[in-house]
Amino acid sequence: MTTMTIAKAINEGLRATLSNNPKSLLMGEDIGPLGGVYRVTDGLIGEFGADRVVDTPLAESGIIGTAIGLALRGYLPVAEIQFDGFVFPGFNQITTQLAKMHSRSNGNLTVPVVIRIPYGGGIGSIEHHSESPEALFAHTPGLRIITPSNPHDAYWMIQQAVNCQDPVIFFEPKRRYWLKGEVDRESAGPAEDPFKAHVVREGTDATVVVYGPLVPVALAAANAAAEDGRSIEVIDLRSISPIDFDAIEASVKKTGRLVVAHEAPTFGGIGGEIAARISERAFHSLEAPVIRVGGFHMPYPVAKVEEDYLPDIDRILEALDRAFAY
Amino acid sequence: MGATHLPSTEFDGTELDDLLEAQAEAALGVPSSEMVQLLGPDGTLGTDSVFSEYAARLDAEKLRGFYADMAAIRRFDQEATALQRQGQLALWVPLTGQEAAQIGSGRASQPQDYIFPTYREHGVALTRNVDLAELLKQFRGVSNGGWNPKDTNFHLYTLVLAAQTPHAVGYAMGIQRDQRLAEAQGVESAQGIDGPAGPKAAVMVYFGDGASSEGDVHESMVFASSYNAPVVFFCQNNHWAISVPTAVQTRIPLSNRAKGYGFPGIRVDGNDVVAVHAVTEWALEHARQGNGPVLIEAFTYRVGAHTTADDPTKYRESSEEALWREKDPLDRLEKYLRAEGMADDAFFAQVAADGDELAAYIRKSTYESDAPDIRTAFANTYVEAHPLVAEELAWFEEYSAGFAGGDEGEGASR
Repeated sequence: MTTMTIAKAINEGLRATLSNNPKSLLMGEDIGPLGGVYRVTDGLIGEFGADRVVDTPLAESGIIGTAIGLALRGYLPVAEIQFDGFVFPGFNQITTQLAKMHSRSNGNLTVPVVIRIPYGGGIGSIEHHSESPEALFAHTPGLRIITPSNPHDAYWMIQQAVNCQDPVIFFEPKRRYWLKGEVDRESAGPAEDPFKAHVVREGTDATVVVYGPLVPVALAAANAAAEDGRSIEVIDLRSISPIDFDAIEASVKKTGRLVVAHEAPTFGGIGGEIAARISERAFHSLEAPVIRVGGFHMPYPVAKVEEDYLPDIDRILEALDRAFAY
Repeated sequence: MGATHLPSTEFDGTELDDLLEAQAEAALGVPSSEMVQLLGPDGTLGTDSVFSEYAARLDAEKLRGFYADMAAIRRFDQEATALQRQGQLALWVPLTGQEAAQIGSGRASQPQDYIFPTYREHGVALTRNVDLAELLKQFRGVSNGGWNPKDTNFHLYTLVLAAQTPHAVGYAMGIQRDQRLAEAQGVESAQGIDGPAGPKAAVMVYFGDGASSEGDVHESMVFASSYNAPVVFFCQNNHWAISVPTAVQTRIPLSNRAKGYGFPGIRVDGNDVVAVHAVTEWALEHARQGNGPVLIEAFTYRVGAHTTADDPTKYRESSEEALWREKDPLDRLEKYLRAEGMADDAFFAQVAADGDELAAYIRKSTYESDAPDIRTAFANTYVEAHPLVAEELAWFEEYSAGFAGGDEGEGASR
């Protein structure tokens, strides 16, 4: 066991990937000598060289498009998009090309590209630096989307993303980059399916489903609820596409109540999909409607008011109150 | 423009500008600044200080082959258009007028090269030995691809304009890496660290004058230049992006844009199969030898409609089409072959007969090309197992089984 931050864990995971697979490479703007704006790739160019850690021109479509070409030639590119709000110049390449290449080639071609995107708010930044666009990608068949919430997952899930034959979008919760935790590099990781959810806190009265940056928030809310005598189960989704509905269903059949929280706008978000599916699968187990907690239907607001926008402990507790009111 | 011509004196004479200038001059060893033409409209062969050497490599058999290819693909084009009119194809994208640009460039490629087409490269497909019946599957609506690119190194058609251009550069960057890995392993060259040693490869990517306005072309050229990737950008300037003329896409010859990226750009008469072949052969050799990218602009004309859904009479004069028909690439080569005694009536009659045979094969194959089972779409959405796909497939199976005929129900066979 080693204690490290999420940023360091991803760095170590990328180092392991580059060491273990000569066909893997990293590409993105500023990922070389600078080590990325969050230093996630710090030191890797010195260790593996500019051919394996490629500082690219500033062009998101070019980064993703050339990554697709490299994958078609048999390479395993890990492309970094500097911030969530800057992925959209590459949106076309992701949704019309990357996601569909395997299908439109009748299974003859694979494009195992990983796209790393720091996402989410809470860092006091300016516009386009705090968005949560995961639902836009989750709606696209052909993509897989995962997001770690702790260093151990970060270390292993980035390696599993590279080893996956499908394209994977790896959302990194940027406000948790400095969250420390233990990483077991020797044994546990690879045995765990990156597309399965984890029950990170057991409970019996209600279930809260979250992922990425909101996992610590939900755990804090569950602790606060416990003081009121409520036993809250918290599920870290880990995978946004596919979603581990079996894990959520099993929990809801135990607790009878479900709250889903994410930073992205509530409307058209992942929470709505979970609410609908669980309503179908576990209607008779539900004591209350599935309650969603999320961002408002507005562009991500200016940093000085983002605390009013982001789901926090109180917003999750308020949602639980509504669920318990039925 | 040298450093001393910059509007500001702040950076005059800096070492950085001098370095960039020197790099640009080294990169721009463009062999010809004018449009390259070897075979004139009258069927006589001209000379070029650089490319005549390449044209001299073509013997009578190869030239007859070019003609046979161009005639075959034109006949195929006619047949596909007819099949669309009969309702057998949802859409067709005619290539008539662009045969020389496609056959000339495609025949210049080597088997180890990888080709990224847009959606009109039927002639290039022919040169890469793609089964043309498979090529029609996309237009019939029975496949989004139709062939396995690994069989011929000819990628699938791309309908999102210019999206394939960064793929080509990335693929070329992969070739560079393969070569470096092979060299590190002590073999002269290789197709890949896991693959057999082989000749050096390059990538050729096709796009049109309309697509040249897309941002992906710009980003691709920046990447190609930055990494000196072995890629040839082959722009077929057929003068019309559906109804919008080239003048709306560019104010300079498209080939001139290469200078801005720091690599050679060549404009070639796209209706001259000899010149197109020579220029492309030069460019591919240039790329394979590690000298970086080249942009070729084949100056040609789309004689017919953009697609069978298009009506060119609404946006251009028939006199313009007539002017270009006089530059017909097949007529030009036929004149040359006859004048030089390299082909006679019997040859041309045989080409026509072969065309009819090809058309019959295409017609028969298209009629027999049925819809796939939608289960193949379930199977190919992801490489690895996916619970949502599995769940929806299970639902579909159960739903289909509810119809008469079990799993051959209406939904399954449609």
